[in-house]
Order: sequence, then structure tokens, then C-alpha cells
Amino acid sequence: MRFARIRIWPLCNLRCVSSITLSLKCETASGTDYARVRMLIVSTKHIDVAAECIPTHQLLNVAGERVPDRELDHYVAKLTESDLADFLRDMVVLRRLDHEATALQRQGELGLWAPLLGQEAAQIGSVRAARDSDFIFPSYREHGVAWARGVKAEDLLSVWRGAQSSGWNPNEVNIACQQIVIGAQTLHAAGYGMGIKFDGTDDVAITYFGDGATSQGDVSEAMVFAASYQAPVLFFCQNNQWAISEPVALQSRTQIADRAHGFGLKTWRVDGNDILAVYAATQAALAHCRNGLGPTFVEAVTYRMGSHTTADDPTRYRKDEELQKWKAKDPIDRLVKYLHVIGADVQSYEQRAQNAADDLAAQLRAAITAMPDPAVGELFDNVYSEAHEPSTRAREGYLSYLSEFEEEGH
Amino acid sequence: MATTMLKALNQSLRDALTEDEKVVLLGEDIGTLGGVFRVTDGLKKDFGEHRVVDTPLAESGIVGAAIGLAYRGYRPVVEIQFDGFTYPAFDQLVSQLAKLHYRSRGRVKMPVTVRIPYGGGIGSPEHHSESPEAYFAHTAGLRVFAPSSVQDAYTMLRQAIASDDPVIYFEPKRRYHEKAEVELATPESDSSPKAKVLREGDDVTVVGYGPTTYTLMDAAQAAEDEGVGLEVIDLRSLDPLDIDTVAESVKRTGKLVVVHEASRTSGMGAEICAQITESCFDYLEHAPLRVTGFDVPYPPSRLESHHLPDLDRVMHAVDTVMRHHEATEGAAK
Repeated sequence: MRFARIRIWPLCNLRCVSSITLSLKCETASGTDYARVRMLIVSTKHIDVAAECIPTHQLLNVAGERVPDRELDHYVAKLTESDLADFLRDMVVLRRLDHEATALQRQGELGLWAPLLGQEAAQIGSVRAARDSDFIFPSYREHGVAWARGVKAEDLLSVWRGAQSSGWNPNEVNIACQQIVIGAQTLHAAGYGMGIKFDGTDDVAITYFGDGATSQGDVSEAMVFAASYQAPVLFFCQNNQWAISEPVALQSRTQIADRAHGFGLKTWRVDGNDILAVYAATQAALAHCRNGLGPTFVEAVTYRMGSHTTADDPTRYRKDEELQKWKAKDPIDRLVKYLHVIGADVQSYEQRAQNAADDLAAQLRAAITAMPDPAVGELFDNVYSEAHEPSTRAREGYLSYLSEFEEEGH
Repeated sequence: MATTMLKALNQSLRDALTEDEKVVLLGEDIGTLGGVFRVTDGLKKDFGEHRVVDTPLAESGIVGAAIGLAYRGYRPVVEIQFDGFTYPAFDQLVSQLAKLHYRSRGRVKMPVTVRIPYGGGIGSPEHHSESPEAYFAHTAGLRVFAPSSVQDAYTMLRQAIASDDPVIYFEPKRRYHEKAEVELATPESDSSPKAKVLREGDDVTVVGYGPTTYTLMDAAQAAEDEGVGLEVIDLRSLDPLDIDTVAESVKRTGKLVVVHEASRTSGMGAEICAQITESCFDYLEHAPLRVTGFDVPYPPSRLESHHLPDLDRVMHAVDTVMRHHEATEGAAK
């Protein structure tokens, strides 16, 4: 029986079998050992697990060739060449934003930065599939999601500079403040989704989080709540393989997508460096939510090519070969290759994207280096929304204390 | 009408649900059962399952979902079933609910009320008798209310629900069956209740809140029999703390005793004594004293009568500040 388990899991993960029949064919083709395993499996519960293993969808392979996918093809059928060029521009500009932010941190203009290098397709593909009225609850790395919704790059970076606690008005762009406590925002999405259901609209609450977050109790609780009330919530997990120094295997011994399935969520697993697959799966998940069929989960399998934050040194815990392996799957290269495959004028699209990136970088740098520190009174602003006497006294006391120095001419 | 605190709370929730369709109730067993104490009795039947929501058994989930509902424009009222079960929700309360208004620079309001039946004296097992109020009074961004009377239970809950700030609302569960006349008044226009002088006196200021105010009123009667006048102050709101009302009283009496069930170290009593010492030092005739639960985990219920401040321990502290005897080491704790 132990032997059977050892054999079935690699098969499941590597080949992503989607049905019992396929699974058994694979094994049969591999020799008599597998045939024997097959018989054992049929007689155990493990065959159920194997059969339910969520497949990984891919619409563009590493060579940039379009791979047919019966379930998801429909969702990209209407994308035009111009849409693809926009995806390219978004990803190129976002990568530049990330690069500039990292540089600004190194130059002392930002206190910290959490790079998203490598996750451009996962972020742009998913947010471009959503409606503006869908409300997003992000973690601290979803810079691309906020930027794509219209948040200015300098407003994004102002928080990482320490100039303000939030760079945007959540009610204007329908994105909550970035969340630093791992997984805490998923519960807010569950509650928001309950509110959408009470209101009877077809909006969706979308929450972003990483593979590490799936170990947090809050994420499990959020899936329980969303499932119990059949709330329209999309749980979008960017499995970037690493939670600072801890590999995804430490968070989950099964595919993350399989765990979500266990909570009763309709689940997709996609190649997160394939922007078409991400876009399509997100569309499918959102449609499911809008149709009142309950919460959904998308696991986008991607890779954090940079450090966890600018304070991190990934060379201490992962090998360069791994990074090189994932560089070969780069999401931007992949889309460029596909544009070549379909005969698009790639050079002009790349030039346009590069110009947009240059413009953003120049404007961002100027804005950040000129950004003033907040006025000292802001220290006390907005702790409460209504009158709070002790808070008022603390403000007045401190401002009066400071004014004594001014009067003395210090 | 004369009613119990339980029924007053129920009526308060009922009136809030009636007046504002954005008010929703969330909690474990609050719907079909009506809550383990029956505070929400009948509300699901009258307002529907989308207004009075039975939740999965996950406190962090309950508070987190309430935050999401507030983002959506709702005004959630959460019930944590017992005080000791608040801690699984600690992050959502302290790092999320308390800070979102500040974090969002005032753009996101969190009008969430978290009702917590708290305190001991009912003979319960562990985790059912705790007084965790100081954690939340220590956290900027939260308001902390602790009603003691039946009237306040009604009025202050309306006030908490009407507030655009998050309010942790501590209900003195061992006083749930107290009965009194209640006026179904609309909430005060202030965002938080002020401290109230329950009984005037010239000799010693005694300060409490929630379940202990009843003990303080008994002490005032006992002291009067001995010719000592206690001024009894019910704080009502622990954050913001209406220290002015306490200070005005101490400036007349020169003596202060603070009483609570929660543990002594870094509790509300420590804060009140510190603030009064800072502002009334020249008026004090004796060091302020605290009569509190001990610095122990809440004990087995057969020991709780020793842990909870009772009439004798309060009177002992009163005698000490009156210098009727020298302080006995440990007794006034």
C-alpha cells in the first residue's frame, strides 16, 4: 500500500491527470510495476485523491506556442492583437516600476520594497480580467494590481517610503489598503463577498495572497466563510514557490489548489507565467462567482525571481540553477514569443512599451525624490473618526511642546 | 418599562436593526438559538438570516468578515460568545479593526461593534470569566465601553452601534439578570459616554465599571454606616477615559480607590492611578490604591470568590486610605 502512494503522487503532480481513466493509462503504459500499482490503487481510497488532482492549465507553452485548452479557450477567444499588445505594455511598465522601486530603495529613497519580478503575468492577467466594480483585497506585493487599477506609481511607493500609511482611497479604486499581516485580508474579502450577496449584485470580492499565506488560519477561515454563505469571492493565490526562505513544500504537502477544492471551492490551477491562462482562468472564476455559484480559487503557479524584500538575500536559501530554470519561463518573453508566432509587429509593440516604461520611470523618480515628509500633525490624524478627547489632548500637548522650540528660535 | 439587562440589550439590537438596514449581527449561535445568553433571542425570526447571521465557529473569521462587511458599507455588530474566546480574533481586532481608519488615512470607516460578555462570578470553567478590557484600551483606534446598569446596557449599545469607530462592548454577564426601569431613549450625541457619579461622597473616590459598580454601591452603603462618605464613579467608557470626572472628585476627597476584576499589573487601575497621580498629586492625602483580580490566570470557580474584588476587600482599601489602619501587605490587592 505504501508503494502505491509513492507512485501515484509524482504521476499526479507531473502529468496532472484529470480523470481516473487517464491516470490509469499513464501507469499502464509505464510497465508492469505500474499495472500492479494500478490494481492496488483501485482498491484504496487514494485513487479518489489522484482523480481529483487539479490539472495545471496552460494556453501558451514556454516556446510561446498556443496550446489548446477545451475549458479555457473560450475566455481568450475575443482577445485581439491590440489587447495582447496592451498586456505586453502593462507587464513591461510594471517590471520597470518594480526595477525603479528597488533602485530607489537602494538609494535610500524608500525604506523597503517587496519586488514582484516574475509575477507580472499573474498580476496583470488577473486584474485585467476583473471589472472595476469588483473589490480587491491585496497583500503587500500586488503593486501591479493597484497600478493597473489606476493608482499612480508614486502613490504606491509613498507607503514604502514611509510618507503615508496608504497610497490611495480604497473606495475610489475599489482596492483595499495593502495588507502586511499574512492572509488577514482574505477574511475581509469573505465579509465583503457576504455583503455583495446581501445586496444582490453580481460584483465579486477578489483577494490576493501567496503560497505561504495558505498556512494561516485566517485563509482557511475565509474559505470556510465564503463557502458556507456561497459568497462571490475569488481567492487568487500566487504560488511564487517561496515564503521568504521557506519553500512551498513546507506550507503544503499537496497542491495548494487541491486544498482549496477540499473547502468546496471551484478551483483552477494555471501556469502563472502564462498571461493568457491567468486571464482565462480568472474570467472563468469570476463568471462562476457572478452566476451565484459560490466562491472560487485560482492557483497561479509562478516564481518570485527577486528577493522577498530589499532586506532579503535569496542566495542564502536557493540555488541559481532554480532561478535560471524559471527565467526560461519568463512571462514577458513568453508573450513576446507568442506575438512573433502570430506574426505581429513585435518591434513596434516593444518600442511602445519601452517608451511608456521610460516615461513612468522618469516621472516616478522625480515625484519620489521631491516627495515631502508629512506634517507632524498627521501623526495624530485619523486614529478615530469621531471626537476623542485624550487623542486631541495628546496632539495639542505635543504641538504646543514643539512650538516652544520655534519660539526660542531653535 | 422594568426589564432585565438581557432584554434591554435585545431591545437595543432590535431598535438598531429597525432603524438602520445596514446593521447586521454576526456570531456563533446568535440566530436560531438566540445566543447562549439569549441576548439575540427572536431577532433572526424577525429580521431574517441576512441580518442576524449564524457564523462558523471561528472568532478571527467573525471579526474579519465584519471588517469586510464594513468595507462594503455595513454596520456589523459581532458577538464573541465568551471573553476568553476573544483571543483567536486578536489580530483582526488589534491590527485590522483598530488600525484601518488610520491606515486608510480616514477614507475607510469601521463602524463595527464587538459585544463581549465578560467577567466572572458565574461558576464557569476556564475561559468563561475573563476581563480582557485592558488589551483593547491599550490599542489606539478602538473605543472600549463597559456598561454597568440596565439603562446603560441599552443606551450605550445604541451609542456603540451608531459610532463610526469600532467599539469593543463589554457586557457584565453576571449582571445580565439585573432588573430596572429602562427608557428607550435615542443615544447621546457624544461619540462616547462620560463617566457618571453614581453616588456623591466627600471622603474617598471609588472608581469602577461594569460588574464591580454594584460592589462599590454596597461599599458606599457600608461606609456610610461607619460615617465615611464614598463618591462612587462608574467609568462607563474605558477608552476614551473620562479622567476629568475622576480628577474633579479626587481634588475634593484627596483619596482614590480603583476596583476591577481584571488582573492588577498594567490594568485599567494602573492607568487611572497614574493619570490621577500626574494631575492631582498635590491634592492626594494617600497613595491611590487598586483592588483587583490577582495576577493569576482566572482560577477554578471554587476559588473565584477570593479572586474577585468583594465588599470586604474594597472596605479594607477604603480603611487604608482613610488611615483607619496601616495597610496590610497584599490585602488591598
